[in-house]
Amino acid sequence: MTTASLHSVYAGPGGFEPRRLRREFPIFANNPGLVFLDSAASAQKPASVIDRVADYYRTDYANVHRGVYRLSARSTELYEEAREKVRRFLNAADPREIVFVRNTTEAINLVAQSWGQTFLKPGDEVLISVLEHHSNIVPWQLLRDRIDIRLVVAPLDATGGLDLAAFEARLSPHTRLVAITHIANATGAVVPVETIVRLAHQQGAKVLIDGSQAAPRLPLDVQALGCDFYALTGHKVYGPTGIGALYGRYDLLAAMPPWQGGGEMILNVTFEKTEYQLPPHRFEAGTPDISGAIGLGAAVDFIEELGRGNIFEHEEAVTGYGADRLSRIPGLRLLGAGQRRLGILSFDLEGVHPHDVAQILDQHRVAVRAGHHCAQPLMEWFGLSGTTRASLGVYNDERDIDRLAEAIEAAREMFRR
Amino acid sequence: MMDLRELYQDIILDHGRHPRNFRKIEEPTHFADGYNPLCGDRVTVYLSLDGDHIVDVAFQGRGCAISTAAASLMTEVLKGKTVEEARALFAQFHARVTGGEPAALPEPLAEEAERLEPLTGVKAYPARVKCATLSWHALEAALKSGGSGATVKTE
Repeated sequence: MTTASLHSVYAGPGGFEPRRLRREFPIFANNPGLVFLDSAASAQKPASVIDRVADYYRTDYANVHRGVYRLSARSTELYEEAREKVRRFLNAADPREIVFVRNTTEAINLVAQSWGQTFLKPGDEVLISVLEHHSNIVPWQLLRDRIDIRLVVAPLDATGGLDLAAFEARLSPHTRLVAITHIANATGAVVPVETIVRLAHQQGAKVLIDGSQAAPRLPLDVQALGCDFYALTGHKVYGPTGIGALYGRYDLLAAMPPWQGGGEMILNVTFEKTEYQLPPHRFEAGTPDISGAIGLGAAVDFIEELGRGNIFEHEEAVTGYGADRLSRIPGLRLLGAGQRRLGILSFDLEGVHPHDVAQILDQHRVAVRAGHHCAQPLMEWFGLSGTTRASLGVYNDERDIDRLAEAIEAAREMFRR
Repeated sequence: MMDLRELYQDIILDHGRHPRNFRKIEEPTHFADGYNPLCGDRVTVYLSLDGDHIVDVAFQGRGCAISTAAASLMTEVLKGKTVEEARALFAQFHARVTGGEPAALPEPLAEEAERLEPLTGVKAYPARVKCATLSWHALEAALKSGGSGATVKTE
């Protein structure tokens, strides 16, 4: 489908029409009545992505970067075409700046183990925030334990957003890297990454942004943003599981050593010495997730066809409606997200444990996530062991929020005694 | 799917909201922490043994209605039992919630085991079985630790 057609079919006069868009997602036809509000964990897949992966295996499959035969050349072309689509998605300057990885977690581990281990020395500081997912905490702790860097944590303000003044106060000439989320997965707090990049660069620090939750919701432009690394995962942008991408500025990638050795990442191997490929292939040892990359390319097409500005406006509107609607439920405390929240509504229901809330919601066919959302330090900050989290995709609308609110009321009713 | 009221029976809601023996035993002979990494729930089980007899048993922690009610009911059932009886009760309860083959218990104990019946609704919800067994795993770890304390994880 062309850009114009998908957009004109699904974006009605008032903006988006998620109910009609839902037809593109077979999961809804196969699960009638499902209210899916867990896209922050993983988004559902449009038929275009599912079919693209299946078609690739049916018609174009062979290993990449190896065979001289036509099928392999075709497969390589499709794989590299997917890289170009991701480049365009992030507006990177050069497709060689896009490294295919398994997910955001692997992207961050790659930077920690290759760039971090090479360029950081004992006493150097990596600055993160209380908002981070475990995947942007643990890789730095592993590095700290290995080479004795310092891990510094920027606190939040009273509203649950990043405290920019406190962040700035923790930046120093010792800060070599700021690794921070773009949108907090547990609260939906939008971090002002433009300011973060400016402040960090003033101190000579590099910036890595965890874009897991922002990639499906915000228009992105890594050149305008000026960040050094940007990590995203495919399955949250309506693509397959097992594929993600790391953007790295080319001069940085070119100076980084490989982090995994094997086939695909070499130019020449003897037992004495091995010459490595240039980026991005230097960082893609072994047969990659070819079908995943091609599926991710199809997912990126899907998003572009809908229009990223449209998706953003739609999610912003539904998020606002949801925050208003949920705030009116007695005993419900919406977790603070500072000044801005997008796509994620995380809450505590007085006297009812999140797992019990989620269980009752499931009975009402409303799928949400309950627990610590892999952000235990943030839960600790709020004084909770966990929350119930509803998160949006392009297929959700205000009626889903109403169904959610009704189910929460039912949970309250059951536990009121 | 079965009616949610079979999972959240009145007795579960009651014990979840007003847990019995929800306190610390100041000088326990045995104790252990139970931790469910999946949800972050924690429970500490305290025991006061006189020889082989459970004189007192109590717990503290935070958890969902199921895990709180399970711990509460456990403490009620265990008081006055022997360690061997406690282990037999756990083995039987574990089999009932995981769909295994429960062993027959001698008559007075079988009657006590019936008090745990309201919790067996979890077997229709695999993700919640750990909620019902967390405190029992902590009990087992406490007994095994021989008084030095222990931590047990459900995964």
